[in-house]
Amino acid sequence: MSMPFYVSPEQQMRDKSDYARKGVARSRSSVVLQYAGGILMVTPNVSSVLHKISEIYDRIAFAAVGRSNEYEVLRKAGVTYADVTGYQFDRGDVTAHGLANWYAQALSATFTESMKPYEVEIVVAEVGARPDTDQIYRITWDGSVSDEPGYVAFGGQADQVAVVLKERFSDNMSLTEALAAALAALTAPPPTAPAASSTSASASGYASARSASASASASTAASAAANNTPTELTAAQLEVAILDRARAHRTFRRLSGPRLEELIAESRASTAPAAAESPAEASAEEPPTGPAAGGDGTPKPPAAK
Amino acid sequence: MGGLFDNAMGQSAAFMSARMPSFTDFLASYNPALLPPGFRGVGLPLGGIPGGADNEVIKNLPHATTIVTVACERGVVIAGDRRATAGNMISKRDVEKVFRSDEFSAMAIAGVASMGLEFVRLFQVELEHYEKMEGRTLSLEGKAHRLAKMVRDNLVPAMQGLAVVPIFAGYDEAAGVGRIFSYDVAGGPYEEHRFHSIGSGSIFAKSALKKMYSDDMSIPDAVLSCVQALYDAADDDSATGGPDLTRAIFPVIATITDDGFTRLTDDESAEYAHQVVAGRMLSPDGPNAPLRAAS
Repeated sequence: MSMPFYVSPEQQMRDKSDYARKGVARSRSSVVLQYAGGILMVTPNVSSVLHKISEIYDRIAFAAVGRSNEYEVLRKAGVTYADVTGYQFDRGDVTAHGLANWYAQALSATFTESMKPYEVEIVVAEVGARPDTDQIYRITWDGSVSDEPGYVAFGGQADQVAVVLKERFSDNMSLTEALAAALAALTAPPPTAPAASSTSASASGYASARSASASASASTAASAAANNTPTELTAAQLEVAILDRARAHRTFRRLSGPRLEELIAESRASTAPAAAESPAEASAEEPPTGPAAGGDGTPKPPAAK
Repeated sequence: MGGLFDNAMGQSAAFMSARMPSFTDFLASYNPALLPPGFRGVGLPLGGIPGGADNEVIKNLPHATTIVTVACERGVVIAGDRRATAGNMISKRDVEKVFRSDEFSAMAIAGVASMGLEFVRLFQVELEHYEKMEGRTLSLEGKAHRLAKMVRDNLVPAMQGLAVVPIFAGYDEAAGVGRIFSYDVAGGPYEEHRFHSIGSGSIFAKSALKKMYSDDMSIPDAVLSCVQALYDAADDDSATGGPDLTRAIFPVIATITDDGFTRLTDDESAEYAHQVVAGRMLSPDGPNAPLRAAS
């Protein structure tokens, strides 16, 4: 008869947490941020039917990264929570705060009681009547909730995305400005090449598994990191949605197709002075790989060098 | 079986389990007490109430009355008068019986007003829930069938005096036309062509519409014919309210077209009502239909 090995509760929790963190690190980053007219959510997503951003209720949206089957379960549960609450009381009684708490309880229960934790990170956002009543909550795999006023970056390279987002974010931005900030953050290069290779070794390893596995075996960590995030995201590679403060009833709207292309063009035009310098820089640094890696993140043959 | 305030585990298990995307079906398994009585497979416990369905209290509950709908170019118009009656009393002068059920459909109710309002709320959530869970809207027939099931579920309470009969109208995005569905207390749906009316004044409203309707009416003409028909219903049915000029209470009118559901503003509705009343000052029985078919 074999005895199971003793594993201390601390170790067990740490293992589960590491497991979930690695799972989430595999995914691309997403951003959720406030603008004057509501809340903007942006994530790289090539699928136009498998969503990472969804409507929960009249003024509440849901954005998630990680394993899609798991956050889909959470999304549906959130819709159910909201619809039951709204039907039982009143539509105005469904709040992001209540939903975030519910998610926290559900996730922490799974985290402590089941073998496998959810490998997800989710954001619940609610648009208020005025910008100061907007709410953004981030909930991680173990059920911890944080209140993120203004903006939040989450998912794989959340830290480096958050750095750029923090720089670019200001109160009362227009939708175009907010989109420009979001795109700049999502295409942010890693701070420095050595830092990227040392601190996010596991993260970039997982990221490369999804996007460009060939680049992970490439000689420099810098080029690997550059390939993880395309330098310029197009409308077809993005999933964008807003909670529109001015809309009555259901405020959630997806932005896609020509409307999104137009917005992206506008946001690029508005940041033209800053962007004018970057192509020169990019071409100076790595002329052959820069444009090639810019498209869809598919591995390119190293023959260019 | 749990309520909203049950422990998180029980609730999260119920919310997170795989299931069909029907809100009503979910509530029936999760917490049936939240549903109207008929949906739990039981009627009201009337055994202890003297008189049962003939009880004065049940009989004197406020009832919603007349609704008219007209299919027209680009979609469909639906309108309802504003009166609710309790026996021979007028219980409310400004009740609303026409509701947006989702972006491309509307429902209106005749029968016991309180039950009708619960129906509307439940049906609205049902459609929205499906849409959010599945990422697509139901077909117009799908919505009509869903409503039929809700009406059927209410059969036992209906036999106990709590009858609600809705009418459902919407824009069929696939076919590009407005469509109308009616029901009886046992369900339905029956698709109606061109126009239909339900409620206590429906006989008169329908007769009026029969003489006024023409195919491919413009939206303003369809709205006008609805207001005329409601006027005729109010003229002959004591439970239907006419335009209340002194209090400025006018019919609720909504259009459902390729642009979606739009409820006319009070001012727009007032304009149509004033037009009709002005016409009736000259000709109290309303417009005359030609006696012989044009040859």
